[in-house]
Amino acid sequence: MRLAFREALLAFRRWPALSMLSVTTIAFALFVASLYGLVVLNLHRTLQSIEERVEVVLYVTRGTPIEVITLAMGDIEAFPEVAQATFVTADEALQRAQSELVEFQGIFSEFETNPLPASIEVRLQPGFRQTESVAAVAERLTGFAFAEDVQYGYDWVAKLDRLRDIGAVVGLMIGGAFAIASIIIIGTTIRMAVMQRSREITIMRLVGATDGFIRSPFLLEGCIKGALGGIVALGLCYAAYSAVHRLLFQAEFFDQTQMAFVVAVGTALGLLASATSVGRHLRQV
Amino acid sequence: MIKFAGVYMAFPSGSLALRDVSLHVAKGEFVFLTGHSGAGKSTVLKLVYAEHLPTQGDVRVSGFNTAKLNRREVSRMRRRLGIVFQDFRLLEDRTAEENVAFSLEVTGAKRSIIAPKVMRVLAQVGLTAKAHQYPGELSGGEQQRVGIARALVNDPFVLLADEPTGNLDERATRGVLRLLRDINANGTAVLMATHDLDLVRHASYRTVELQGGAIVFDSGMDQQIVSEGTA
Ligand SMILES: Nc1ncnc2c1ncn2[C@@H]1O[C@H](COP(=O)(O)OP(=O)(O)OP(=O)(O)O)[C@@H](O)[C@H]1O
Ligand SMILES: [Mg+2]
Repeated sequence: MRLAFREALLAFRRWPALSMLSVTTIAFALFVASLYGLVVLNLHRTLQSIEERVEVVLYVTRGTPIEVITLAMGDIEAFPEVAQATFVTADEALQRAQSELVEFQGIFSEFETNPLPASIEVRLQPGFRQTESVAAVAERLTGFAFAEDVQYGYDWVAKLDRLRDIGAVVGLMIGGAFAIASIIIIGTTIRMAVMQRSREITIMRLVGATDGFIRSPFLLEGCIKGALGGIVALGLCYAAYSAVHRLLFQAEFFDQTQMAFVVAVGTALGLLASATSVGRHLRQV
Repeated sequence: MIKFAGVYMAFPSGSLALRDVSLHVAKGEFVFLTGHSGAGKSTVLKLVYAEHLPTQGDVRVSGFNTAKLNRREVSRMRRRLGIVFQDFRLLEDRTAEENVAFSLEVTGAKRSIIAPKVMRVLAQVGLTAKAHQYPGELSGGEQQRVGIARALVNDPFVLLADEPTGNLDERATRGVLRLLRDINANGTAVLMATHDLDLVRHASYRTVELQGGAIVFDSGMDQQIVSEGTA
């Protein structure tokens, strides 16, 4: 293993240009892919925070006894889609309105009686924030006798759904295209390296080196190039991210697991590309 | 040791390189393989180190049928052979010492074992002083000595040499031959292909001549019958 490592490093020293080309290729492919990943990530987080606010509001008919509401709350919380149901009394609604709508404070204080109804705010579980589940829950809430009205932002729930679908399709297409392109390019650069060293490989076989022995420095080389490419890609991504973060809007970067994933993908690409190109060559000698 | 029995070798292109070659090289023997260009000398050696497999007949190397070995076993067998080429086949970006060490490294030998062994064979071929030079900085004769040192470092039971003196002048040729003779005197068999008939005549070793892929002369025929009983 130490020997394979030495040979792999030797390859970098001997063919710096070719090695750079491989690393740059992997780095660029991964950069584009992870940049897209970063966009998706931020989009996803934004969607999530919007989605968390998806709620169905049941306005309670004035004069409904509190016991009836308490009983209903228990039923509602037992719905599989429901994460939390909160009862907001008419007074609380007024207080909230006064503090949130500071500009209209005067207006509120002029009312003799509270114009706002009590309500039950229903938040949904993460998996049930799409159109159908929201509509289903709303439908069921309408069934309560004390329900004066049930409201939810149907329109933008549907829009969110569509946005998510488009995001997934575009992501899959771009990601797939770049994965294929980078495998082809990396495979080609490593095949070039293997061909440059075919004389060496022939000699190695003649002095009794096994395929595994011959292959290991190439595989290691592929892994190192892939990992380096991944690290460079992360660096480029970080540069792009901090520019956007500073100049345009608040964004989030990958967490440690995701960064490790990018490097792992680079390593895997390098390994895959070198394994196929070395394997093809070894079968010929 | 090395035994060819009724070997035919045809290339995919259809050319028949060997016809019905039967040959036995005994332990510790020195054999010249002669013949005109294209006679099949290199092909015989390639069959020994299993670069090619016979189309018909058996090639046995220390008891193993080369056609039955898998790739890994071929590699292992080659470590027991020393192979020397006309064009040296050294790794250009490694020093003489590193070139020799390389064929020990592929066997997974420990570093502590490699260094003294390499120095020993370099001394044996008389290149101790040039251990740290690259092939490009060595004369042809010196490069071939590195090639021989590399072949020797694994303590082979036979040295296969394909025109080892083909690129060398007369003086270097004599030097290499003397070296091969010493190696043989230490008990290693030598199978050397050459078309240098002068060399063959002066050395008075067993000579096998090929013509059109068939053996037409073997000076050790009677000897072979004797040695076959003991090998
Ligand atoms: N890879 C190959 N494909 C097809 N034919 C080949 C191949 N290698 C050798 N031959 C043919 O096999 C025959 C024997 O070749 P070989 O190399 O054994 O000759 P040789 O005696 O070593 O000649 P030389 O003295 O020129 O090295 C020749 O006719 C050659 O053309
Ligand atoms: Mg030849």
